[in-house]
Amino acid sequence: MDRPVDRHLALSESRRRAGRLGAILLVVIPVAFLGYFFVYPVVTIIVTGLAPDGRLDLAPFETIFSRPSLLGVAWFTLWQAVASTLLTLLVGIPGAYVLARYDFPGRRLVRAGVTVPFVLPTVVVGSAFLALLGPDGPLGVDLRRTVWAILIAHVFFNYAVVVRTVGTYWERLDPSLEQAARVLGASRWRAFREVTLPLLRPAIASAASIVFLFTFTSFGVILILGGLRNATIEVEIWRQATALVNFPVAAALAVLQLAGVSAILVAYSRYQQRRTHQFRLQAAAAAAQRPVGTRAWLLVAANLGFMAVLLGTPLLVLVQRSLRTSNGIGLDFYRGLTQHATGGLFVPPSTAIFNSLRFALVATVLAVVIGLLASAVVAYRRGFAARSFDALLMLPLGTSAVTLGFGILIALDAPIDLRSSVWIIPIAHSLVAIPFVVRTAVPVMRSIQQRLREAAAVLGASPGRVWREVDLPLIARAGLVGAGFAFAVSLGEFGATSFLALPTNPTLPTAIYRLLSQPGTATFGRAMALSTLLMIGTGLAVLLIERVRVGEVGEF
Amino acid sequence: MCRRLLLLLVALTLATTACGSADSDTTAATSATTEAEPSELVLMTHDSFAVSEGVLEAFTDETGISVARLEAGDAGTMVSQAILTKDNPIADVLFGLDNTYLSRALANDLFVSYASPLLEVVPDDLELDAEHRVTPIDFGDVCLNYDKDGLADAGLPVPSTLRDLADSRYAGTLVVEDPASSSPGLAFLLATIATFPEDADYDWHDFWADLAANDVLVTSGWEEAYYGSFSGGSGEGDRPLVVSYASSPPAEVYFADPPLAEAPTGVITDGCFRQIEFAGILAGTDAPEAAGRLIDFLLSETFQEDIPLTMFVFPANEQADLPQVFIDYTTIPQSTAMIDIATIDANREEWIDQWTDILR
Repeated sequence: MDRPVDRHLALSESRRRAGRLGAILLVVIPVAFLGYFFVYPVVTIIVTGLAPDGRLDLAPFETIFSRPSLLGVAWFTLWQAVASTLLTLLVGIPGAYVLARYDFPGRRLVRAGVTVPFVLPTVVVGSAFLALLGPDGPLGVDLRRTVWAILIAHVFFNYAVVVRTVGTYWERLDPSLEQAARVLGASRWRAFREVTLPLLRPAIASAASIVFLFTFTSFGVILILGGLRNATIEVEIWRQATALVNFPVAAALAVLQLAGVSAILVAYSRYQQRRTHQFRLQAAAAAAQRPVGTRAWLLVAANLGFMAVLLGTPLLVLVQRSLRTSNGIGLDFYRGLTQHATGGLFVPPSTAIFNSLRFALVATVLAVVIGLLASAVVAYRRGFAARSFDALLMLPLGTSAVTLGFGILIALDAPIDLRSSVWIIPIAHSLVAIPFVVRTAVPVMRSIQQRLREAAAVLGASPGRVWREVDLPLIARAGLVGAGFAFAVSLGEFGATSFLALPTNPTLPTAIYRLLSQPGTATFGRAMALSTLLMIGTGLAVLLIERVRVGEVGEF
Repeated sequence: MCRRLLLLLVALTLATTACGSADSDTTAATSATTEAEPSELVLMTHDSFAVSEGVLEAFTDETGISVARLEAGDAGTMVSQAILTKDNPIADVLFGLDNTYLSRALANDLFVSYASPLLEVVPDDLELDAEHRVTPIDFGDVCLNYDKDGLADAGLPVPSTLRDLADSRYAGTLVVEDPASSSPGLAFLLATIATFPEDADYDWHDFWADLAANDVLVTSGWEEAYYGSFSGGSGEGDRPLVVSYASSPPAEVYFADPPLAEAPTGVITDGCFRQIEFAGILAGTDAPEAAGRLIDFLLSETFQEDIPLTMFVFPANEQADLPQVFIDYTTIPQSTAMIDIATIDANREEWIDQWTDILR
């Protein structure tokens, strides 16, 4: 089962050894990276929290289980994550379909645009979001401080995950399968349900797993929109570890969070391995067509309208606030950004932009290289070890930022003291970005027909060469989508870096926070201006990344 | 294959854990003895720290020692970070510890004592540690701010005491921060506890129950309260009363675009809580003497006179000159609520839980 390529062929001994070395490296590099930068810090901080004197003390668990409020937190964390995931799938899948199957003017722009909410700092979108949910918003009902506010915000932030992960896969599905079903008399719905949906399942499950992890560990959205009644385990870990300086209870909660996340991930991975079909993937362009007929146009229009309301409204509020000056619309706040020395911002905005881009670039390269190596392991191996490895790759997404940040702070002091090194910034970002690369690449890799690989091997290609020449071009496109996400994740400053003590390297999000920390119409306006620049920059970056062509992409 | 992968993972984790713990034990013991002049000191601050260009360079010109800055999270996060790394500190000097976390930091033996000669020019009531393990650098008052136009439009007088807010006339006008997640929120809760003590007929529980009945709005942080819900100045919301700082009105003027002649907001001086920020020399530094000179510099007029317009708090050094916008638009409350730091530390969690139960 394991290595059919080897079984079928009698390779020369040296070539086989080289192949084996390659295969080992494939495993060692991602495992070493995750082991040192993720597993080791997290294990260290949990051990420090639960066994401060070297002896394990389980009392914090008793504290958790004896306090109904903390049990309530655990329950709320779970159900809101499930609800948010289902809701995001429900609205995201039609969006993915429209963007994958229909070719209409501005499609590329829309596809890059949906990624923008994903990177915006919650504190910035938070206030704009209230404009959407207030009584005067486009929804027309007052949903502020309700659970709906949280769910809708989660859809807002995660919509791109579903649209892009599922969409990338969908545009490579051969439409002739569904067409055949229609010709044979199946209704549109039945053809979708019985032909397309089963084929899409790996991609949907991929997207769902990411959305679930993101919402399970939701922090900013819950803090800003959740009010006093709703807290997630993530928020509670943060509160215990920072505001209350109670490390034992924080560590116990971190264990609880990790256990929940791991259980879900292992279940997901089992499902994924069982469900994947191999079939012919094809070039994207062939599948996308101009919408024909009222029905198709309606579908496109409805989805674009939905995106405009859900994603567009809060973003437009930001833009509008950045342009609103005392004498009408103007660029005053953008110009004001250059008065950084006295304007509440202590660095030139160009420095912040440069820092953001620099970290994002390194994080993206790290995430893509390690993510693709790891994807190969996950996609081509089976059994418990591969499943555990898959879960391990995803785990940083489901680990509280406080746990990882504080873990890095106490663990990575030797042999090289990385605790306050600038390098830890892109490394921490890449930990969160790797799952995106893996989740977009694995479904594609699994679907590549084994016959293609075998043919290449029969023709004398080494396993490495087979991978390079058969698999790589096929997965490059998925890799690019992953790279786009990785870039966005880093630009948006996700995760553990907020809990490290780092040399002052202001990035766009930290510059925005800094501006928002003082009252004043100028600081507020400039914060909105910088947010708008961040939005535009993200859109452009994603657009550019997607235009990159690797090898023969699109020719398969 | 399975087994190999698993073994590798285990071996790797074990190996790294082993190296890590072996190293961290050895570092703590090296200090004291004669100190070589360091070329660099590391200053750890919270994320609201700000300093004008050229100010820290004045210290370098004076001493030949450069200052590298590390930016931690908010004040609570920074204290946690300092406690977690105390055996192998990441910095020499920590700045920005406030009185609500002071007791916790002192209990963890984070600092070594150092009495700066400049303490002479610092008012005694800012010095909260008799052993001089920490040195007061600045202070600011958390006070209610009001929207001048907003209150006038609603036909409401400016409340003169906290107790006024319990009046139903002020229903739906106040926004506060959650003390569980926000430092001004905690400061305001402490102010109400000091104003309405637990043994009084009308204690802080009663006061907050009245505020809850008056539809007080709670946000998670200062940004959401001030920008999102407050109607005054640069606020985008509809409530004319907010928990903010006594220095917010001068900031509204200083950061106004277009310029303002008068602050759009005012400060209610009853029920303010004074936050004092301290700096301390982290135990375990290799350069305690040089670190002491950095503390002196933080108290010097060069640094102290830069504080008001960068961090919008008051310098601890009485001889530091205040900028005009501060003199014109800031109100210093006659008296502020103070609670003993040990009492704060012992009761913080309990008080926050009780508060949450009332407001939930």
